[in-house]
Amino acid sequence: MDFDVIICFEIHAELSTKTKLFCRCPVSYDAAPNENICPVCTGHPGTLPVLNRKAVECCIRAGLALNCNINSRSIFARKNYFYPDLPKGYQISQYECPLCEDGYLEIPGDDGKPYIVGIKRIHLEEDAGKLVHSAVTFEASEYSLVDYNRAGVPLIEIVADHTKNPIRSLQEARSYLGKVRQILQHIGVSDCVIEQGQFRCDVNISLRQVKSPDFNERVEIKNMASFKSIIEALKYEIKRQSEIIESGGEISQETRLFDEVKMVTVPMRSKEDAPDYRYFPDPDLVELDIDRDFVRKIKDDMPELPGIRLNRFIKDFGISEEDAHLIIGKRDLSDYFESCVPYCTDLKKLGSWITNELIKVLNENSISIKKFPVAPKDFARLITLISCNNITEKIGRLVFKDMFETGGTPDSIIEEKGLKPIQETDILEKMVEEIMKENPGVVSRLKDGKKESVNFLIGKIMKRTRGRADAKKVSALILKKV
Amino acid sequence: MELCDYQAAELARLLRKREISSREITESALLRIENKDKTLNAFLTVTPEFALKQADAADKKFKEGRDISPVTGIPVAIKDNLCTKGIRTTCASKILEHYIPPYDATVVKKILQKGAVLIGKTNMDEFAMGSSTENSAFGPTRNPRDIKRVPGGSSGGSACAVASGEAVLAIGSDTGGSIRQPASFCGVTGMKPTYGRVSRYGLVSYASSLDQIGPIGRSVEDCTMLMDVIAGYDKRDTTSINVPKPDFSGSLSSDINGLRIGLPKEYFVEGLDPLVKEKVIDAVNLLGSHGAEIIEISLPRTPFAVGAYYLIATAEASSNLARYDGVKYGLRAERDQSGLEEMYEYTRSEGFGKEVKRRIMLGCYVLSAGYYDAYYLKAQKARTLIKDDFDRAFQDVDCIITPTSPSTAFEIGEKSDDPIKMYLVDIYTVSLNLSGLPGMSVNCGTIDGLPVGLQIIGKPFDEETLFCAGHAYQQIAERK
Repeated sequence: MDFDVIICFEIHAELSTKTKLFCRCPVSYDAAPNENICPVCTGHPGTLPVLNRKAVECCIRAGLALNCNINSRSIFARKNYFYPDLPKGYQISQYECPLCEDGYLEIPGDDGKPYIVGIKRIHLEEDAGKLVHSAVTFEASEYSLVDYNRAGVPLIEIVADHTKNPIRSLQEARSYLGKVRQILQHIGVSDCVIEQGQFRCDVNISLRQVKSPDFNERVEIKNMASFKSIIEALKYEIKRQSEIIESGGEISQETRLFDEVKMVTVPMRSKEDAPDYRYFPDPDLVELDIDRDFVRKIKDDMPELPGIRLNRFIKDFGISEEDAHLIIGKRDLSDYFESCVPYCTDLKKLGSWITNELIKVLNENSISIKKFPVAPKDFARLITLISCNNITEKIGRLVFKDMFETGGTPDSIIEEKGLKPIQETDILEKMVEEIMKENPGVVSRLKDGKKESVNFLIGKIMKRTRGRADAKKVSALILKKV
Repeated sequence: MELCDYQAAELARLLRKREISSREITESALLRIENKDKTLNAFLTVTPEFALKQADAADKKFKEGRDISPVTGIPVAIKDNLCTKGIRTTCASKILEHYIPPYDATVVKKILQKGAVLIGKTNMDEFAMGSSTENSAFGPTRNPRDIKRVPGGSSGGSACAVASGEAVLAIGSDTGGSIRQPASFCGVTGMKPTYGRVSRYGLVSYASSLDQIGPIGRSVEDCTMLMDVIAGYDKRDTTSINVPKPDFSGSLSSDINGLRIGLPKEYFVEGLDPLVKEKVIDAVNLLGSHGAEIIEISLPRTPFAVGAYYLIATAEASSNLARYDGVKYGLRAERDQSGLEEMYEYTRSEGFGKEVKRRIMLGCYVLSAGYYDAYYLKAQKARTLIKDDFDRAFQDVDCIITPTSPSTAFEIGEKSDDPIKMYLVDIYTVSLNLSGLPGMSVNCGTIDGLPVGLQIIGKPFDEETLFCAGHAYQQIAERK
């Protein structure tokens, strides 16, 4: 049997605001447990939430980037449930009247044509704290502690539409997740670092036998810690569900958990056990009137979206499509590239150096581009020096390594280390004569018309000059002599 | 008459003339507490050392003639659902019996900044749920006029403290009548301001959209002094409203010439004690004979008020009280627990009293899937209609007068087995909370020694008219 698949994501992205959603506690990822807490975010009696304007701005910015309508009236609601990491016994979220509704995102479709994925809503809500168990697993733990640093950190939830242009394959799922993440990073709304839990998602999946009119019940999967797990969970679930259908069984609506170790999904709760969250408008927060001017201002200040930037990089800067995709993949890298542009004459080379040498150095030293110590101006100068044949690529790599380690400029490093190219004709001529004298066999083969022998001689000179000789000049000199 | 029995306004005058000291007033109130509170049980926590320290600080200010406000040096009792930094705040509940807040409520902060003397925290119905102060986990408060009777509730401790001289002024909170009804039962003046007039930051929430903090005093003038301190927008409470704050005590007038007073016919029907009715009508006529114009009005949606109130209040309460789970602060049951579920179950079973549990269950039901529309949403619609009634009425009148409660103080235990009977006690007060309107209870005589309260209802943010009408009545009644 063949099956059609519908995949519907609920993405949670932690916003990169300085403070929490309803209090002034800082948002940070390296604080000691319970360092960033106050009476409000730990739910002390009598405390009240005060909405963070920046978070509303971020949510609207995400909404605009994902082509949503921004509601002029928006309501915060309480989602009631008990868990120790939830200080108030309810999460402040949105139910009716979220900030953003009815959006879409264009991704490359399976058929090669662009596909428009429907986005149902984007709403703003607060995160919960974190439980820290005394042993590695919950079962083995004697006790658990709660860290409320994350409690109250603003999140946006992006809910895809399962009725309007849903995702139809694993490939589309990958593209969608990647593109959403890329957009959120580019518009400065979230860093989306998956390892820090800044980008998490639940996914709904339902199957239908090809040509049958209706889809089976949908199953929700939770607890995936990476893009890879999401895809693995979906793969597993497609297999599980199609086997059930093929053997004449029925899919029941349920929520399942992904087991990262066994790479399978296991039942968490059935539809009957689904909690009743008793949503109702939070009486501690007034209804939001979203001013049209406020939205217009956010629109005007919107950073360039990655798709547009990609085209500009290819068209205006002439870098290769492959390099452009790699650079656009990270907002900070794109910004670095652009800050190099004014100082650089060979943008194509700049692009390839960033995607090869620069990324290599970042990976080897496991640092982010934000912490990269080489100033764009110096990096651009290095590329120019290489591009103008002032130094060879090989020397360029040596200089780059030194720049990274010492923070020096390329010119000063070249000067200090004596890496300056040898271009003086008389010096080179003398060397060529010497080498030719030392390798009569090669010279005679060259005279017989074996042109590739010239490279052997150039290599010898390069070795002697530690790569500083101008290879083109040397080549010309040898050929002239012959 | 001791110093603690004086009106706050009179004490303020004497303090300013330096004829008396704050220490003398405070000591007199503390002595009264010592003598009487074993019987009355108006206080859950008395803070004598803190009070005397503040009294001395106030006396220093009078001596140096700086930083003096009308409430400087006056002993104020605070209902135990307002957070006081470093002083336990119990809400009269086992679940918060040992809870010490890490911060001051905005109202408490303002009162302390103005140099008033915080004398203690007063008894109340647990989490402000009740109309008699019998629902306190730490025993009922008694009515100082007749100790067999309730002081009303839920701010029974605050009203009792003011009536008995254990404090000169008090702060209460009012969700469905919890300031006005005890003020009525104890024969003092109590005011619930317009919703949004006073910051709720630090008031332990019962029903957020109905809760409002207000003053209790021995006269309207005393209440205006406290209102001047506590009113005003607070950026920590986004439901507080940023409107200009009048000078309530400074602009207090008793000129009721041409004041149009509405009498809603729906409030003078069966269920109202005829003697209470008579007292209220007498009072209205007295105002009429001094220049006010009395107009009969109709508030036809009045019968929906109690129902709508109990649906909305319990819904909000069920969520507001979810945070008491034994995890972060307050009680955690010590019984053996098999896991998280039992920790919640035992903690909340042991920590909450019967009425609180009843309201949490009611509220959960009201909000649950499948019932939300029929109960919660319908109640919100009724709320809008009730508010419309008042809006319409206020086109013709400047304020509305009703009884505060259908009866005088009832006996302890009389209604505690019948929640519906108890809920109907709030019949004249809940509409104001649903509509966000200001209301005040002023004493208008006694029946068999038990005080009767007159409720004056005003337009939103027009507390001044209430104060004017109430003050005029007190002036006229005093002369009579």
